[in-house]
Amino acid sequence: MTRLLNLLITAFLLVLLAPVVQAQNGPLRITITDGVIEPIPFAAPVFEAETDAAGQAARDITSVLAQDLRGTGLFREIPQQAFISTVSSFTQTIAYADWRAINAQALVTGAVSVSGDQLTVKFRLYDVFSGEELGGGQQLVGTVNGWRRIAHKVADVVYGRITGEGGYFDSRVVFVGETGTKGNRLKRLAIMDYDGANIQFLTDSSALVLAPRFSPTGDRVLYTSYESGFPRINVLDVASVGRQQLQTAPGEMSFSPRFSRDGREVIYSLANGGNTDIWRTDLGSGEHTRLTNAPSIETAPSFSPDGSQIVFESDRSGTQQLYIMPASGGNAQRISFGEGRYGTPVWSPRGDLVAFTKQNAGRFHIGVMRIDGSEERLLTASQLDEGPSWSPNGRVIMFTRETLGASGASTLYSVDIAGRNLQPVQLRGGASDPSWGPLQP
Amino acid sequence: MKIWTKLAFTGALVAMSACTNPDRFSNPSDDDVAGLGQGVTGQTGVSDPTSPQYFSQTIGDKVLFVVDSASLTAAGQQTLDGQAQWLQTNVNYRAIIEGHADEQGTREYNLALGARRANAVREYLVSKGIDTGRLQTISYGKERPSAVCAAESCYSQNRRSVTVISVAGLNS
Repeated sequence: MTRLLNLLITAFLLVLLAPVVQAQNGPLRITITDGVIEPIPFAAPVFEAETDAAGQAARDITSVLAQDLRGTGLFREIPQQAFISTVSSFTQTIAYADWRAINAQALVTGAVSVSGDQLTVKFRLYDVFSGEELGGGQQLVGTVNGWRRIAHKVADVVYGRITGEGGYFDSRVVFVGETGTKGNRLKRLAIMDYDGANIQFLTDSSALVLAPRFSPTGDRVLYTSYESGFPRINVLDVASVGRQQLQTAPGEMSFSPRFSRDGREVIYSLANGGNTDIWRTDLGSGEHTRLTNAPSIETAPSFSPDGSQIVFESDRSGTQQLYIMPASGGNAQRISFGEGRYGTPVWSPRGDLVAFTKQNAGRFHIGVMRIDGSEERLLTASQLDEGPSWSPNGRVIMFTRETLGASGASTLYSVDIAGRNLQPVQLRGGASDPSWGPLQP
Repeated sequence: MKIWTKLAFTGALVAMSACTNPDRFSNPSDDDVAGLGQGVTGQTGVSDPTSPQYFSQTIGDKVLFVVDSASLTAAGQQTLDGQAQWLQTNVNYRAIIEGHADEQGTREYNLALGARRANAVREYLVSKGIDTGRLQTISYGKERPSAVCAAESCYSQNRRSVTVISVAGLNS
């Protein structure tokens, strides 16, 4: 196990930009190389229902768990019809030969019981070709209504044991829900599970709202609202849905806010006299610090994970480009040098990459580059892609894709940082400006 | 944290109660502002040179900009000369200057670009003698297009400022 992890970590350090799965006829693992992708085949027999009331939950949890794994693009599910062996009991001995015969490399088994409002799930992960269990059995307890979260947590454990990295399934995304035609768009804040389930609206559509940003723990959301008549940053408490205006430095407009990683400071853009600069406000002391002071547009700031630096966009060179400056302001280094314009930079949770929106030759792209600007990689291309947001493990990026013209509509998409597995988030209705929150406790 | 919360909350209350909400897009039922000649039905308005309807329709409330620019064109300056004259004559009105962008840009940048455009109009009107206290600016970025096709013929209409005359008046 230690050797496996070391291999994974080494491989990961070598090729940060290319997560690729390679099927192995050895210990179950995903090796990160830049070779050809070959998803790991897995089998997830429907979890055993240990109590009479648990049948539906067992089927649903198995289904969502499998969907999570498939959705990564790193795993391929073997259909239940192909199974030779059945797993009728969680405690029975695994017939490895039967699973090898259908080429399953990973096998997940589980059992579900319901007692009143309480849901208990036990599960095990097997490395079929090695013929042994990978990690120990684990038990998770939650509520019957919270069954999807339990399923996501099981998937996060399975993903973590095979990749050696944290998962991202038990997480939520705050975004802007959109209705109405392009010329008369109504927008309201909404929150959902990462996979588009359990949508709740956090505001009504009486005032325009833009670009929500989760706090690092997911307890609060910063967003831009026209509720006061002018664009102003609001803070919303997710649990109570109470909201209030952020007391920024004096200015005509405030927008593009983002929390520091400790959640105690907010960086944002403030416009005065037509000039937009970046400011920082300490939520505890109420102290405001001006971080840029230039006649150009400085906006879209994002902290590095250690809080020491800020990446932002500026048109000080004549067009939008990306810059990095110390968190206290001061000398900024330009990091984007390719063709076209670069905006909306977001520092990755691992600290090594910056995701951005690029405009070039009439197309929009979501891309990533190292923090020194090297190894730029465009992950998408369309008429209008923008606003990347990182998954908690820094492996996937969610963004807005908008179609143009009178019937144009916004939807959310995700793509992995190698540019693979581009897929829409399954949602009814328009959506934009996703902000991916942390793994839930 | 507590102090900040209290301050922020008080600030929000003051801001919301003390002025007429200038956001005409989010308040479709409000009819105390005129813009683009939309939602204005009074026929006498347009022929009355002291009316906001005359301002928006006859003088012209809109100024267009070229791509990624907040520079006023000659045609724009001509329109603004008319706006300045009207505001000097009709001293009981104030104005909100909206800045807008086309959809070919990122959301944040377009908000900042709209603020630049609105401010360029404000500065021009002030240079023509309008008291700065009568003018407020707001940017909608690319959020409120006036034309919705995916072509330059529409984009050129959306890169605009709109001077919205306030009937009720705003505290400065």
